[in-house]
Amino acid sequence: MNLTLHVWRQPDGRTAGRFETYEARDVSPAMSFLELLDVVNEGLIARREEPIAFDHDCREGICGACGMVINGRPHGPRRATTACQLHLRQFTDGDELWIEPWRARAFPVVKDLIVNRSAFDRLIQAGGFVSVNTGGAPEANTIPVPKPAAERAMDAAECIGCGACVAACPNASAMLYVAAKVAHLALLPQGQPERARRVVSMVDAMDAEGFGACTNHAECTAACPKEIAIDFIAQLNRDYAHGLLHRLSGGV
Amino acid sequence: MELRALVPEGPIERKWERRRFEVKLVNPANKRRYHVIVVGSGLAGASAAATLAELGYRVSCFCYQDSPRRAHSIAAQGGINAAKNYQNDGDSVWRLFYDTVKGGDFRAREANVYRLAEVSANIIDQCVAQGVPFAREYGGTLANRSFGGAQVSRTFYARGQTGQQLLLGAYQALERQVALGRVAMYPRAEMLDLVVVDGKARGIVVRDLVTGAVSSHAGDAVVLATGGYANVYYLSTNAKGCNVTATWRAYKRGAAFANPCFTQIHPTCVPPAGEYQSKLTLMSESLRNDGRIWLPRRQGDHRPPQDIPDAERDYYLERFYPSFGNLAPRDIASRRAKEMCDQGLGVGPGGQGVYLDFRDAILRLGRDVVAERYGNLFEMYERITGENPYDTPMRIYPAPHYTMGGLWVDYNLMSTLDGLFVIGEANFADHGANRLGASALMQGLADGYFILPYTIGNYLAQTKPAEVPAEHTAFRSVQAEVAARSTTLLGVTGTRSVDSLHRELGTLLWDRCGMARTGAGLRAAIDGVRALRERFWKDVYVGGRGEDLNQALEKAGRVADFMEFAELMCEDALHREESCGGHFREEYQTAEGEARRDDARFAYVAAWEYTGASERPRLHKEPLAFEHVPLAQRSYK
Repeated sequence: MNLTLHVWRQPDGRTAGRFETYEARDVSPAMSFLELLDVVNEGLIARREEPIAFDHDCREGICGACGMVINGRPHGPRRATTACQLHLRQFTDGDELWIEPWRARAFPVVKDLIVNRSAFDRLIQAGGFVSVNTGGAPEANTIPVPKPAAERAMDAAECIGCGACVAACPNASAMLYVAAKVAHLALLPQGQPERARRVVSMVDAMDAEGFGACTNHAECTAACPKEIAIDFIAQLNRDYAHGLLHRLSGGV
Repeated sequence: MELRALVPEGPIERKWERRRFEVKLVNPANKRRYHVIVVGSGLAGASAAATLAELGYRVSCFCYQDSPRRAHSIAAQGGINAAKNYQNDGDSVWRLFYDTVKGGDFRAREANVYRLAEVSANIIDQCVAQGVPFAREYGGTLANRSFGGAQVSRTFYARGQTGQQLLLGAYQALERQVALGRVAMYPRAEMLDLVVVDGKARGIVVRDLVTGAVSSHAGDAVVLATGGYANVYYLSTNAKGCNVTATWRAYKRGAAFANPCFTQIHPTCVPPAGEYQSKLTLMSESLRNDGRIWLPRRQGDHRPPQDIPDAERDYYLERFYPSFGNLAPRDIASRRAKEMCDQGLGVGPGGQGVYLDFRDAILRLGRDVVAERYGNLFEMYERITGENPYDTPMRIYPAPHYTMGGLWVDYNLMSTLDGLFVIGEANFADHGANRLGASALMQGLADGYFILPYTIGNYLAQTKPAEVPAEHTAFRSVQAEVAARSTTLLGVTGTRSVDSLHRELGTLLWDRCGMARTGAGLRAAIDGVRALRERFWKDVYVGGRGEDLNQALEKAGRVADFMEFAELMCEDALHREESCGGHFREEYQTAEGEARRDDARFAYVAAWEYTGASERPRLHKEPLAFEHVPLAQRSYK
């Protein structure tokens, strides 16, 4: 099949970027989207032009490194699929594709399709953990965890931290990402001692990083390659209100 | 060079306890004066960095990814072993130890393996306390499953994303220490060389992958947690960025490289679809618990698999190994698949594939149970191939997956270079010639949480803090070498892309130093690697600048090191005139086609010492004694 690609090229965060057009000829429908970019890059290298820079690593949909907006949709058209797991059989011969980096104030462009997502790490630093030092853990079966709670925690914990939720949100909000972490830990007994402090601290950090607020568009959950449910945002809001009251009452 | 394993005296059950008592302790008030450099942020690196910081050391941690959470441990699917015996099925520390030594085909150090089994239970406790959402029973206790090669259920899991959940636990512990100011985290930073002063590792030279700036970092000890080298084959299940550079540079600075020919080919991967294939995707081995592997009995049987009646199917693993069947260890399952395909029985593109069929499991358990166990794996398979495994069997084929070889370490996890510690997949220690399923996560976390933090203290206690600063001339000269190397790579005005040359190297090794090896093939491979390396330095075209984000340059440096490393791997495979675990020499097999070990000649660790660019590496042998697990031929019949 043949595809026309319009790819965002930007040398660095200080220089303005623009779309460049590349023709991909005779590519296989069994190819992954990143393999398509590999092939385009091989062509660029052969012509002594600079290859397209894009983040990628595991190429099996779990590391969360890859991410690009394809025809206006983070990770492209297929439900629950990262760009690396998207295959060209999802497109039609002759399609024109517009490929851009995540667009969000908190994710500045580094080069071409690469953005800086360190803000996500800083959100975890704000409280996305259980404070337990190595060696200080009780025997693992001491505290039973109801199976439904463990399953639901796992639903939230599946987040791969790719940032598609932020890219999809008209407010560039990180609510789904924060909600997933807050809910994962809030659903487990191990997360209870720090529950109130964690949620307030993470939401404050999210505001400080320049992520927007949630206005219930639900674009995040539609774009999420792990289909993290928007219900977790409801839980985040409830926990946040509880956390604020807790702080007002001198608890945090 | 002398290999001193430093295994503690006394009965095997008391060795680790004894060592923990013997080690010198660093005064708590002094710990913050010591600076430890950790390279890599996977299970081993992140757990070590977090734990060392908790203990009070100053830690710097480096990773090439944009976030430490993306290290390739994240992709491990199946689970983590621990000798908890929660299932009351007769598991014990001793049994896990026994299984691991035997599964490793008697090429691992007994004392290390025993310790691994011993601390395995603590790992589960730690991870649960961190909030790792392991699978549970309805009563709220932890669930287990049986996993490739084990006859007890000792594997803990979090759906098909166990590696992800364990890594996020370690990552969160690490970020907590970053927030406390005890760990300085350097993402998008790649270690390009090790700095050794008077025989001691004193720091590293790093390239900032965004700006291209090369900088020196001095520490009182250096910990390499940089993973394995399966990407030497180009196509493997590793992430694209995984590389041998850190361990190879350390080797060239004096650390012995042990058993580089011990590589593991995983039996259950999605077969390659075409020339452009950039990596291979592993389908968790847990699929073999309920899936049955078969091929059509007749060559050239192109009927859809559903239309082939049972009588015309060959469930060859069940035929060869009646007691283990589809759960035969990885090396055996892989080799048998290749043999069957080499006989022209393979299915799918290029005849490179065997069926993994869930028809019977769906009939027996129902579609819902199968979906609960493997739903996400089935989805992943469907995304890649466009085929639905509920209706049509999966096609799988072996792919390089894990490397048991790595830098040689003593019982304290220190390499032959003082102050250089190596943990996780990057070292050689615990898996011998073959790793059992769900043991990599166990080893990475055992090293990082529970072993290195004790043993490194013993070294630091005998070292003055900050003896060699980053301003030392040694750093300046290594930094100059690193910069010169980049300049040379950028200056080659060839026509070939880095990837195309890497692919060539991969094909050569897969054919000659892959699942089955011969003396003649390996000699040819060594000549081939040398010739290819020469061409690499003439024909490659990298492009771009060094002072910029330049992914072609990153790859070029890694592939240049693979080109050197590949020769050592073949040398090691050539010298080891026996078959054991993942190392199968066709000349050394039993009448039934099983691996024939030669314990009289080869019951040792082969540790190679670098002696110069144009010199042959020098072989050192660490003899292995099996006092607790009697030497026996593995039999899974």
